[in-house]
Amino acid sequence: MAIPLSYNLRNLAARKTTTIMTALGIALTVAVLLSISALAEGLRTSLETSGHPLHLLVMRTGASAELVSAVTQEQYGVVKTKPGIAKDASGNPMASLELVTVIVLESPENPGGINVTVRGLTIAGLKMREGARISEGRMFTPGRREVVVGKGIAAKYPMARIGGKLQFGRGDWEVVGVLDAGRSVANSEIFCDLAQIASDQNRENGLSSILVRAENEVSMQALIDDLKADRRLKPEALSEKAYLAQQTQSAAPVRAVGMFVSVIMAVGSCFAAMNTMYAAVARRSAEIGTLRVLGFSRTGILASFLIESLLLSLIGGLLGCLLVLPLNNVGTAIGSITTFSEITFQFAVTPRIMAVGVAFALVLGAVGGVFPAWSAARKQILTALRQV
Amino acid sequence: MSEPIIQTRGLSKEFARDQFKVVALNGADLTVDKGEFVALMGPSGSGKSTLLHLIAAMDRPTSGDINVLGQNLRGLSESAIAKWRNAHIGFVFQSFNLLPVLTALENVELPLKLTKLSKSQRIEHARRALELVGLADRLDHTPRQLSGGQEQRVAIARAIVTDPDLLLADEPTGNLDAVSAREVLTLLGRLNREFGKTVVMVTHDPHAARAASKIRYLDKGALLPEGQQPEDWEVR
Ligand SMILES: Nc1ncnc2c1ncn2[C@@H]1O[C@H](COP(=O)(O)OP(=O)(O)OP(=O)(O)O)[C@@H](O)[C@H]1O
Ligand SMILES: [Mg+2]
Repeated sequence: MAIPLSYNLRNLAARKTTTIMTALGIALTVAVLLSISALAEGLRTSLETSGHPLHLLVMRTGASAELVSAVTQEQYGVVKTKPGIAKDASGNPMASLELVTVIVLESPENPGGINVTVRGLTIAGLKMREGARISEGRMFTPGRREVVVGKGIAAKYPMARIGGKLQFGRGDWEVVGVLDAGRSVANSEIFCDLAQIASDQNRENGLSSILVRAENEVSMQALIDDLKADRRLKPEALSEKAYLAQQTQSAAPVRAVGMFVSVIMAVGSCFAAMNTMYAAVARRSAEIGTLRVLGFSRTGILASFLIESLLLSLIGGLLGCLLVLPLNNVGTAIGSITTFSEITFQFAVTPRIMAVGVAFALVLGAVGGVFPAWSAARKQILTALRQV
Repeated sequence: MSEPIIQTRGLSKEFARDQFKVVALNGADLTVDKGEFVALMGPSGSGKSTLLHLIAAMDRPTSGDINVLGQNLRGLSESAIAKWRNAHIGFVFQSFNLLPVLTALENVELPLKLTKLSKSQRIEHARRALELVGLADRLDHTPRQLSGGQEQRVAIARAIVTDPDLLLADEPTGNLDAVSAREVLTLLGRLNREFGKTVVMVTHDPHAARAASKIRYLDKGALLPEGQQPEDWEVR
């Protein structure tokens, strides 16, 4: 049995303007934090849903990304005959030789252009990407200068729509289809025939990587060990999941800046809450004295003002969630440092992230409220009564 | 025959102000019996409020003994005092001190929040206290919507809602017009006579003091013997 909550709520309502201003400060802080988290979460799910659990990626020793890797046709020949590789319906090993390069595409937001990954692959490679399907148009025809674009690319770059022409290598490439790969990174890539782009770029024997599917989890590790031990290859071989997880680090700088901004805002809004609560304590000094005379304890006073501060920050936290909710599923893109190209993905404002945001707001309220509440509790009854 | 409800012996209170010591109360020996209505009078600064605050255990004496309702206040911890005050003391302020954001009913219910009563019992008690002070039709009004006299009656309802034995009032009519003041005094008189509450009231107003059964005077921190007034009192 303590000082009723309605006392705090009505006091918050009574000083409407300060309450709204303070809550808004907290709301903006939470909104910044939530945007950063939603961005990180979106990127994470995008990269996570991309990798097949049984896929592994073979690259040249020391290569940190496909773009800087090089493998030869002979090495591909060695890799695909290794034991433990899954076979497709017609009994062919599921191993895909791929070539990765980067082109610059212009968009209205970035007239200067942005790096986009172009991936050359064969039928084998397309078969290994079961999660992706053509949502518009058709698949490229091997031997032709045709490409299909990830839906993220199609949405962002006007020149990359069906019927459009992309210029790279030795000439124009026609966009014939759009690929929907769910939330995966394939949405941010352009696909074309391996032989066509390899000759275009004079890289018939300087390809990028080999994607391999293991039969099962047990053979996966054995396959990695086998590949790494092979002197003819001396490759970098790692699971596709692990490879993509490395790429997530490309969001780290954005996250760091975001965190830095939200920490500064947090300090600011925490002080604002503190200021508001100190003012409330000062204004209600006589009420504090009266409550004590009625028999409420110092602890009761402390709790009441702390709760008031928490309520204030709760309003701010919920407001912050409302502010970022429209961001949910909004597409965005982030430059990847290791792949030198761009990954498009969606903000993911998940309930978990919002809960963290509200909790963060409550922490701000607690930190901002504890000192004023403590000062209210410490007052002597007569001193409190005398201050009007 | 009569049972003392307040008993102080050599009760003193000093305040340190800057380098100086202010003796607000100097060796007061006060006895108030159960059922009495005592008015405390005296010049400004004579120590009336100080004495009342010590009786309500809102402050601690510098020296001397104080026993209220059979309880030696000097030996109690702060949290024990808070509980004791909630249960046994009703305090009425000059400036009413209602919580402005709460309604009359909620203000009166407030002290009961510290008891074991259920919500419906609390509301019932608070409603009855407000009926007693003649404000049954003002339950949902906030202090702003009440006149000064009504506010003070709500404050009195709040002071009596826990059914305390002792009612302390510091200039309860000090902020009121003559009509409202008379209503408040009548109310305190009724609480004293009909409900057997012991009342100690500080006042400057000789009319107000007439409501009391006994007047005790203070002068320069000293509680004068019964029947004695400060020397230049009549002149003032
Ligand atoms: N907290 C304090 N610090 C310093 N001096 C104080 C304090 N409280 C009271 N005094 C002093 O003690 C003396 C008695 O004060 P008290 O309030 O008891 O007088 P009072 O009789 O109630 O006066 P009034 O009729 O003006 O209310 C005064 O001189 C006052 O200035
Ligand atoms: Mg006084």
